[in-house]
Amino acid sequence: MTDTYTQLVNSGPGRTIARRLGLPQPAVLRRYRPGEKLASAPVLVLGGGSGADSVAGALLDWDLDVRRHAAPKEKLAAIILVLDGLTRPEDLSAPLLAAGAALRGLVPGGRVVTISRPAAASDAPELAAARQGVDGILRSLAKELRAGATANGILLGDGVGAVSPSALGTLRFFLSGRSAFVDGQFLAVSSDAGPAPQHWDAPLAGKVAVVTGAARGIGAAIARTLHRDGATVIAVDVPAAGDALAAVANEVRGTALQLDITREDAGERIIEHAVQRHGRLDIVVHNAGITRDKLLANMDAARWDSVIAVNIAAQLRINDALLAADSFRESPRIISVASTSGIAGNRGQTNYAASKAAVVGMVRSTAPLLAAHGGTVNAVAPGFIETEMTAKIPFATREVARRLNSLQQGGRPSDVAEAIAFFASGPAAGVTGQVLRVCGQNLVGA
Amino acid sequence: MAPQGSNPAPLPLRKAVVVGGNRIPFARAGGPYTRSSNQDMLTAALDGLVARFGLQDERIGEVAAGAVLKHSRDFNLTREAVLGSALAHETPAYDLQQACATGLETVVGLANKIKLGQIDSAIAGGVDSASDAPIAVSEGLREVLLDLSRARTAKQKLAALSRLRPKDLAPNAPSTGEPRTGLSMGEHQALTTAQWKITREAQDELALASHRNLAAAYDRGFFDDLLTPYRGLTRDSNLRADTSAEKLAKLQPVFGRSLGAEATMTAGNSTPLTDGASTVLLASEDWAAAHDLPVLADVVDAEAAAVDFVHGKDGLLMAPVFAVPRLLERNGLTLADFDFFEIHEAFAGTVLSTLAAWEDEEFCRTRLGLGGPLGSIDRAKLNVNGSSLAAGHPFAATGGRIVATLAKMLHEKGSGRGLISVCAAGGQGVVAILEAR
Repeated sequence: MTDTYTQLVNSGPGRTIARRLGLPQPAVLRRYRPGEKLASAPVLVLGGGSGADSVAGALLDWDLDVRRHAAPKEKLAAIILVLDGLTRPEDLSAPLLAAGAALRGLVPGGRVVTISRPAAASDAPELAAARQGVDGILRSLAKELRAGATANGILLGDGVGAVSPSALGTLRFFLSGRSAFVDGQFLAVSSDAGPAPQHWDAPLAGKVAVVTGAARGIGAAIARTLHRDGATVIAVDVPAAGDALAAVANEVRGTALQLDITREDAGERIIEHAVQRHGRLDIVVHNAGITRDKLLANMDAARWDSVIAVNIAAQLRINDALLAADSFRESPRIISVASTSGIAGNRGQTNYAASKAAVVGMVRSTAPLLAAHGGTVNAVAPGFIETEMTAKIPFATREVARRLNSLQQGGRPSDVAEAIAFFASGPAAGVTGQVLRVCGQNLVGA
Repeated sequence: MAPQGSNPAPLPLRKAVVVGGNRIPFARAGGPYTRSSNQDMLTAALDGLVARFGLQDERIGEVAAGAVLKHSRDFNLTREAVLGSALAHETPAYDLQQACATGLETVVGLANKIKLGQIDSAIAGGVDSASDAPIAVSEGLREVLLDLSRARTAKQKLAALSRLRPKDLAPNAPSTGEPRTGLSMGEHQALTTAQWKITREAQDELALASHRNLAAAYDRGFFDDLLTPYRGLTRDSNLRADTSAEKLAKLQPVFGRSLGAEATMTAGNSTPLTDGASTVLLASEDWAAAHDLPVLADVVDAEAAAVDFVHGKDGLLMAPVFAVPRLLERNGLTLADFDFFEIHEAFAGTVLSTLAAWEDEEFCRTRLGLGGPLGSIDRAKLNVNGSSLAAGHPFAATGGRIVATLAKMLHEKGSGRGLISVCAAGGQGVVAILEAR
């Protein structure tokens, strides 16, 4: 699972050779550690409207060193483009040129975040053109950045202010090391809901979370990350994975529930365990998934049906139980693990891509159902993640796959887990029905 | 009424309850656990229990477990397993050894401490490895080595060494033979089986039921919260879901060969040498409630018995036959008051001899002091989720397997009682009653 190449090009001689030969130069990403400083240098806030002023004010409340104008040669930890007041494409010029002039000052692992409003068919054409323009800017800028820096955008829904709790929560997620492998992505904030957490380092304190498929890989990383953020974790996996599951449960001081999620009563069992043993249930992470790859021309019923049963049918049935449960009513959160295969497609994975695209459909239509209880449901779509599973891909294929994104490396299971922990947190209360790609801006697909 | 002496009335006892259990799948000796020590397996069983019930860093009142085949270095086996587990290191532990009754006796002893209020929580257990068994040096070599360590002069050392003979270099492997008779457990049981005229067909039928019941229990997920996989094994490796009466009938007798054509005990209706470990979480009602833990069953009462097998008065494994009537009388119960019977299947012949003895009017009157037969057991209530013939029998781990299994069965039924009977080497037996919660 080690990315030897990335280690090599970050050593003295390796760095020089890679630069001379024009080889990819993946950076060691800035990843979150509890107690980390949000920014190691001043943060530049650009944009003309009142939104920019209020964002600058909020950043000052976080004890950041805030600039409204770039000083020559000054290092910057982040550039925030507040573009919520755009009215026509020409409005983009001033803030973007200012950002461009400051870009060389961005520190390694720096951040660019846009805050804008999504274009809608009901907008005046000029307004829609300006708003949609941000999409192209962000995706191109993310590809331009180097040294582990990323660019991501926040889309403010109707009536949602630039400093609403969830807009600030999302901004903080994008600025922090929690979003290390999220690049070139937008998150929409659709409501003003959500309190700021008491402690940014323990945003899930007092919450009880279920993680399926928790015995290994991404699931184990999710369990660890939710535990680190203060949640009590119920680690779920099939009975056959019980020994690895027990090790994870003991590590995160949670409980192990050996359960096949395709059982008819899986949802009820999860709820019963959570309520009896922990008194409540706040967060459910649908991570369990399987692959049974085969070209469609060679597909058999066993491969097709088992992937659908585990990856989507089980989630739907468990969600039905959750939606019917009185114990899942206080700002409940559901987060599903989708996949970039379900978005961009992947040869030999019609069954898997069907199930993962289905997850996206499910998340979008479940969001309004959970909104009645102040809940949210979102999905995270991992790209190339360094796991036991991807370690089995032949060397050359793997080496190509992990370089084919803007960060020129594979992500870690913890990168996926960080995005899930964000969706589970209080400040994400206004973010629902979203699919966030954790893929380092994979060059293939959407 | 005469005064009862100066002792004050005893304090009312608390209840001791079974919260749940965890074991690793049992493996036939020489299989996947060959390189696992007793300490490895007991630690794994403990860690699975800790994970299931969220007991990380918890200081448990006391942990008791044991092993029948035990290395001398494992003088503190259970305490070492606790130190290697996710439990709080401040959890005290002790080893117990009562042959195959070890596991059940740890439950009984710890439940009694809970009832007395000495502890609020406990983990009972047992482990055995027939694969990683201790091998001792011969008596001759041992004496020479000890004398050598005490020798001070070169002359004394030489004198000690000179007593060494080539035969002293052969190691002593452990055996299941009874020290006082030289007979193996199987040979002892073969005599009892013949004495009670237990047929080959009846034994094979019981073995078949054990395999079918255990396989069905696995298939419906019964063991999902009783077992944690270990070293790639997810089910007991001795389990033959596809065995049949025909297959069992083809096996040659392995015990009672002196009986000639009368021999009935085969590898199919006897338990194999097995590796494995089991644990049971016990608690007071208050402790279980305070920790938001389920309560499956009460540990009601228990009784031990022993028989004089040395002089052939009774069969080596017949002690439970004597223990059960005493336990029933003390509790004002009859066999008809039970919904489940868990009679450890050391051999199919053991179970069937036990049942035959309780149905025999003469034996019950003369040997058990009863007015008539103790009674019959409805086979539909006997070992309904399989027992040792199918699961295998890692000696000290069997008690924990049975207690956790029965407690879950009683809880699922929601009412009723279960009777446990475990025979043991040395002519001993321990029996116990659980009641549903």
